[in-house]
Amino acid sequence: MSRLKNAFDKKAFIGFVTAGDPSLEKTEEFVLAMAEAGAAVVEIGVPFSDPVAEGEVIERANIRALSVGTTTDKIFDLVKRLRTKTEVPLVLLTYANPVFIYGYGRFFKACGESGIDGIIIPDIPFEEKGELSDYAEKYGVDVISLIAPTSGDRIEKLARSAKGFVYCVSSMGVTGVRSALAENLKEIVGKIKTVTATPVAVGFGISAPKQAAEVCAYADGAIVGSAIVKIVEQYGDEATEHIRRYVADMCESI
Amino acid sequence: MNSARFGGYGGQYIPETLMNTVLEVEKHYNLCKNDPAFAAELDDLLKNYAGRPSMLYFAKRMTGDLGGAKIYLKREDLNHTGSHKINNVLGQALLAKRMGKTRVIAETGAGQHGVATATAAALLGLECEIFMGREDTERQALNVFRMNLLGAKVHTVMSGTQTLKDAVNEALKAWTKRVDDTHYIFGSVMGPHPFPTIVRDFQAVIGREIKAQITKREGRLPDAVIACVGGGSNAMGAFYEFLDDKSVRLIGCEAAGEGVDTGRHAATLSKGSVGIFHGMKSYFCQDVYGQIAPVYSISAGLDYPGIGPEHAYLFDTGRAGYVPVTDDEAVGAFQYLSRIEGIIPAIESAHAVAYAMKLAPTMGGNEIIVVNLSGRGDKDVAAIARYMGVKIDEQA
Repeated sequence: MSRLKNAFDKKAFIGFVTAGDPSLEKTEEFVLAMAEAGAAVVEIGVPFSDPVAEGEVIERANIRALSVGTTTDKIFDLVKRLRTKTEVPLVLLTYANPVFIYGYGRFFKACGESGIDGIIIPDIPFEEKGELSDYAEKYGVDVISLIAPTSGDRIEKLARSAKGFVYCVSSMGVTGVRSALAENLKEIVGKIKTVTATPVAVGFGISAPKQAAEVCAYADGAIVGSAIVKIVEQYGDEATEHIRRYVADMCESI
Repeated sequence: MNSARFGGYGGQYIPETLMNTVLEVEKHYNLCKNDPAFAAELDDLLKNYAGRPSMLYFAKRMTGDLGGAKIYLKREDLNHTGSHKINNVLGQALLAKRMGKTRVIAETGAGQHGVATATAAALLGLECEIFMGREDTERQALNVFRMNLLGAKVHTVMSGTQTLKDAVNEALKAWTKRVDDTHYIFGSVMGPHPFPTIVRDFQAVIGREIKAQITKREGRLPDAVIACVGGGSNAMGAFYEFLDDKSVRLIGCEAAGEGVDTGRHAATLSKGSVGIFHGMKSYFCQDVYGQIAPVYSISAGLDYPGIGPEHAYLFDTGRAGYVPVTDDEAVGAFQYLSRIEGIIPAIESAHAVAYAMKLAPTMGGNEIIVVNLSGRGDKDVAAIARYMGVKIDEQA
């Protein structure tokens, strides 16, 4: 049973870091700090050379992580180490190619064995999910469905197939801090909830406690990536306590 | 075969934010494809604006000098804007109008697709923004100025390797930000379905004309059709009409840069492996963890780590062959064709000329090679001078 099952019993804060930025040892500290500060789920980014769904902040983190030799194998080792210390649900965020090249069977087996609960692959839409969903299911990994402001008539189909939680994309474009989220967000979340009992978390552009509180008034959780990665970019090896404080504040607000 | 796939290649590996937009493109394209009024409008533009049909020229001196197969050049370099890119762009710009879009965006490497897109946008009254890697804006500075003259905004892409791959990344991101009024005119037979099919269909005019022209002139089909491949649009356009004519060898020339064993090349089929990137499953130059490799070619238009999915399929099935051609060979062919026929080819197209120079002498005098001369070389003159160590004053 996926650890995601009970992650949304109360409003959930979901934090993201890129693995290997600035080092895998520090990523381990950051993830534990987020869990201790109250994060319900932690997303770990597998760095990719060409992250086309990311804004500049996370793109730079990907480059930093790759430049110090971060690899898929080393990330699975990190997850194993984390699993001796925490039971916080862990979700990988990666692109199709690193998963495909590793081999779907081998990748999801490694996810299952190391203790990964879910996976987000922005460039695998509903139509292409079929080639990996059997492997994911076999090893107990939830493939998270993304729903966008432009999903329209696709929402019902996407929501029905959702596992773990629904990732509702709150802005057009790429990841990154924004002052305003999509106008039809509340309506989209409402529509998803008429179709599925799977929890709905909102992300892409959220950074401030006020925004998190706002979306958690109607959604089950808020996802924050770029704002945390910015802290890592600013403080590097010294970022742990800054992340802990930021996550505690965010959890408080929702 | 699934309409989105060529064998196992192709597909729609794109963010959910773009899915409805891409599905809408597919729907409108299918409507246009079967609409005689659309075809008539496009044919009129191709004929009266782009200057089609392009000539099929018998390269008599080259044929005599190489002493083998008869060599014909398909003169796509004589099209308006100087390359085959205009064929696809006029089609997609009309499609954008039909979809009610008012803005087009595109990536460009050598700048030929950017110039063609800016041209069609000017003609049809569309707003236009072009994404081009910083390195390419430098080696193809003339084309940046041409795009500006045509009213397009050129974004210099500073991320990654600052070449064509990164220009595609940024164009995809820009599209994700603004889909309502914007159509992304992919410049090659790549990207998510339906783009590889759309671009191939609009470029297939090249092969149709070759077939009609050579049949009229020689009374038979050619023995080989040769074209350069980056993403592979001019090659796919030249090959498509001949896929069922099994006697016609189809040969794509990849950029081998400094050599396929140097690590400084863009020879995707010679050295790459199957992966998923830029919306498609195809072959890519990449490392064991699936990180896309930095690639290199003297030619900005072939300097791309992937290839269109239909080429991947033709490669696997053996229907087309793909050969690597180095910078040195391409530059040699660039100079050779200039001297012997008075035709300065694009450095991209020079890769195809270089292979024809190797192949022709191995063939009989009764055999025929058609080389797709996809573009003209004016844009490359400064870069080739640099390569040869010749100083020319561009300030004059």
